[in-house]
Amino acid sequence: MAVSLEDVRHVATLARLGLSDDRARALVAELNTILEHMDVLSKVETDGIEPVAGIGAAGTPLRPDSGPPDSLAHPIDAFAPRTADGFFLVPRLSTHEDPEEA
Amino acid sequence: MTTATARWAGRYEMVIGLEVHVQLKTATKIFCRCSADFGAPPNRNTCPVCLGLPGALPVLNDHAVELALRAALALGCEVQATSVFARKNYFYPDLPKGYQISQFDRPIALRGSVTIGTRPDGSPIVIGVTRLHMEEDAGKSIHDRFPGATAVDLNRAGVPLVEIVSEPELRGSAEADAYLRSLKQIMEYVGVSDVNMEEGSLRVDANISTRPVGDTSLGTKTEIKNLNSFSGVVRALEAEYARQCALRDAGERIAQQTMLWDADAGVVRPARSKEASHDYRYFPDPDLPPLILPLERIDRVRREMPELPAARRARYANAFADLTPYDVDVLTAQPALGDYFEQVARQSGDPKAAANWMLGEVLAALNSTHQSIAHFTVRPADLASLLRMVHDGTVSRTAAKQIFARMVVTGDPPSTIAEREGLRQISDDGTLARWVDEVLAENPKEAARFLAGETRLIGVLVGQVMKKSRGVADPKRVNQMLAARAGKESGSPKVAE
Amino acid sequence: MSNAADWSAAELRDAIARGELDPRDAARAALDRATAVGAGREGLNILLYQDDDCTERCRAVEYSVRDGTAGALAGVPVVVKDNIATTRLPTSCGSRILEGYVSPYAATAVARLEAAGAVVVAKSNMDEFAMGSSTENSAFGPARNPVAPDRVPGGSSGGSAAAVASGIVRIALGSETGGSVRQPAAFCGVVGVKPTYGRVSRYGLVAFASSLDQIGVFGRDVNDAATALRTIAGLDPRDSTSAADPVPDYPAAARGSLVGVVIGRPREYFPADLDPRIRTQCDRVLDAMRALGAEIRDVSLPHTGLAIQVYYIIAPAEASSNLARFDGVRYGLRIEGDGLRGMYEATRSRGFGPEVTRRILLGTYVLSAGYYDAYYRKAQQVRALIAGDFSKVFASGVHLLFTPTTPTPAFELGAKSDPYDMYLSDIFTCTANLAGVPAMSLPIGRVDGLPVGGQFIAPHFDERQMFVAAYALERALGAEAHR
Repeated sequence: MAVSLEDVRHVATLARLGLSDDRARALVAELNTILEHMDVLSKVETDGIEPVAGIGAAGTPLRPDSGPPDSLAHPIDAFAPRTADGFFLVPRLSTHEDPEEA
Repeated sequence: MTTATARWAGRYEMVIGLEVHVQLKTATKIFCRCSADFGAPPNRNTCPVCLGLPGALPVLNDHAVELALRAALALGCEVQATSVFARKNYFYPDLPKGYQISQFDRPIALRGSVTIGTRPDGSPIVIGVTRLHMEEDAGKSIHDRFPGATAVDLNRAGVPLVEIVSEPELRGSAEADAYLRSLKQIMEYVGVSDVNMEEGSLRVDANISTRPVGDTSLGTKTEIKNLNSFSGVVRALEAEYARQCALRDAGERIAQQTMLWDADAGVVRPARSKEASHDYRYFPDPDLPPLILPLERIDRVRREMPELPAARRARYANAFADLTPYDVDVLTAQPALGDYFEQVARQSGDPKAAANWMLGEVLAALNSTHQSIAHFTVRPADLASLLRMVHDGTVSRTAAKQIFARMVVTGDPPSTIAEREGLRQISDDGTLARWVDEVLAENPKEAARFLAGETRLIGVLVGQVMKKSRGVADPKRVNQMLAARAGKESGSPKVAE
Repeated sequence: MSNAADWSAAELRDAIARGELDPRDAARAALDRATAVGAGREGLNILLYQDDDCTERCRAVEYSVRDGTAGALAGVPVVVKDNIATTRLPTSCGSRILEGYVSPYAATAVARLEAAGAVVVAKSNMDEFAMGSSTENSAFGPARNPVAPDRVPGGSSGGSAAAVASGIVRIALGSETGGSVRQPAAFCGVVGVKPTYGRVSRYGLVAFASSLDQIGVFGRDVNDAATALRTIAGLDPRDSTSAADPVPDYPAAARGSLVGVVIGRPREYFPADLDPRIRTQCDRVLDAMRALGAEIRDVSLPHTGLAIQVYYIIAPAEASSNLARFDGVRYGLRIEGDGLRGMYEATRSRGFGPEVTRRILLGTYVLSAGYYDAYYRKAQQVRALIAGDFSKVFASGVHLLFTPTTPTPAFELGAKSDPYDMYLSDIFTCTANLAGVPAMSLPIGRVDGLPVGGQFIAPHFDERQMFVAAYALERALGAEAHR
């Protein structure tokens, strides 16, 4: 399952990471080297083995439906890159933009 | 079917599956203790968890689980003893963590159904529910408030939702509409949601495909998003059906894609999208161990389940033989309406009169004053006493309607209004005899003919007495008195009420 | 004992609680030591942010002393890793993307330390987002090992380990995902503890790989570490994965006996190519424990050889999701680009360093459509086998395992340029994270003047047993542990 340059580009798009051409090409080699080491796992017999998913046999704890929420020691304006009238502001996107494509 | 789509109806069948998001009526958000209320100033209802601050962690709201359970059982779903929250990964400014916590391959409930009506042969139309799962809502992006910028408000981020996914069993927009109405009604009945589309507490995505009539395989489907009213769903489905049918007629391929409904333009448009971009990379959320529901809890919720719409309809049809099926449907449309009706019926002791008043005056008043039954100015107990006043002759029916109109405005009890406005019916013979005397004196010709045996004139004379009394004279008694004057013992005088 | 910086945490606390030492002087002594050893960016680069004005915190400690309510760490200066949220000092995770970000809330572990009277004097350098084993991956430059400044201090909690090793503080917080406390503890010659998964709240620990992450503690000695862990451990309603198991009084419990304790020696941790000098040090430790009454038993954890592979699938996969929140929208770095998409890509590619980028891409790849089953699901299944190895060996009557912490002592800066070669530094430590069991490293001697760590691994929630063995061994080895 070798990683191609196209794969790296696709994955970088999913992860919203801008990559130069040189960097993308270098990553193809790096990821392939790492993933080669992972191939050993495919030979391990795991039929009928339940994957580890979530720790805690008793299940997730449930909290009562009441406040108060944790307050912030510094207001949103103190850490947000850009705000106005209490909103976070980001570069404009079209209302018809598919969320997954933003 | 609109005229625009009727031309295809004989040839292509519409196949629809709906994904309905219902906001659960909790005080706080699903994974943090922020208020879930609608309408606060931007980002007021936020904390480290729902802002997605580095290091913050989710803790599941017990009441959200309770409401999801209730919704699932109300739809006849099989509740799963173990369900798992997963992360749905994608970037959007109003998705603070870069992923939405949502149940994926192990939802809280599977396999339910919604009955949306009956076929001409009387058999029920049952639509399968594939699954019901819990998830958190995203925030809100506002595109038109700041030039060149999108504004993000995270008050809604983390509000609890259930997503209810139907089987692709709906055939046409009318069935889709009926399904949504039934589903909304059930959610209202069991009290899990306000199901208010204006505030976004009920949202719909529709999957639609078309196929030649008689074909049993499924065609390529498109998904329509951004549907925020029932009429919008119907219009969008019709528009997309027409688009797909036109493509089929032209011999063109229907692409699997996401469409957005533009309500203003009345058209569906493809969302900007590149192939293979929908890769959400779901995996179990390591911050949340599996949700494990003890059997006892599931049983308790089932036991405590409020009455469902179908059960209430059956009960009314049984208990109130006078009601037509239409009356029953109207009275059970909203749980609060039925509750109101039942209180009035019980306290007045006259279910038929209660139903008539509900279907007439009450609905008209709610409409004209834009009130909801839950906050109606007229309390059920007051309407019941008004009905009793009519029944025992304390007020006339005409006066009762006037009194009711005042009750809608003031919220005062009917006796107070009757007293204050002088609308209490007068039955004492002294006063009535004086009015009768005056009317006979003022209308000598009619009086003479009446006393001479022209009994049909009694109606005119009673009407004059009523007018003189400004509507409060007891018409029955007036009738009797006039009949006595005429000396006519035989025959039953025509009663003008 | 003229220099407060040389006192143990308990001695410091007692002196302050008796009113013999001003908490300001304790904090000042810590910061003076930091200056003396060159802890800043121009020197060892082990501290990123220092709180030069702890007046308010110290005043609160003074009030508690006056009221007779002085906590278990009253006035004790501590250093906190830069990925654990504090409200006075920044929490930047060694990353450009969070440079200067000051958290509006404090981590539960920090809140508990402060409630016990501890004074956070500095945030320590680390591999960016805890991804690394040398603290060379910090956006703010590599940290150096105080024992041998041409060497790395280990990582990712290298700054915290080095702060304890250089005598700035007795106690520091770190975090573990695959060995990030134990490995630097071994490299720097201090005690490092990774508690059971769920023992310490992760609330406020900036997530790297949530199913593996756990806040850990460094101590100059076993008692320091036990005191620190006791303070921060226990159920937290803000973390759904935190456990309700009762927390023993570790410092008191550590004074137990090794007689009759069965210590397993897993053969997979003593491979043929293990540095013979490290093997010799370990053998010496096993002899010492035998002499203290422990029974040493050879055991096997057959799936150990798969741990690194499993770890380097699960950790990047979770990281790719955990690091999606750094998008320039709500906090941290924002670099404008072409529209929203351009802003995301510019911010994230400039904000994250090469190793973080590599792991996000690797993690995104193994979770993406078509690869999930082959990589992520498979890794979680093999993880179950690895956890099963531990369950079996502990069920067989073995109380503890003893292994070397690392296959080599601290290496030179720049020595490991191949990513996978660097990943192998975690080979003896990442198993405990995968299985969720507690483990700790303590100094057992030196090779060429470089510290060597020995590791204890215990069953879930049995940190107590681990402290008993470590405390007994520490006393038995005495000064030899640092020779």
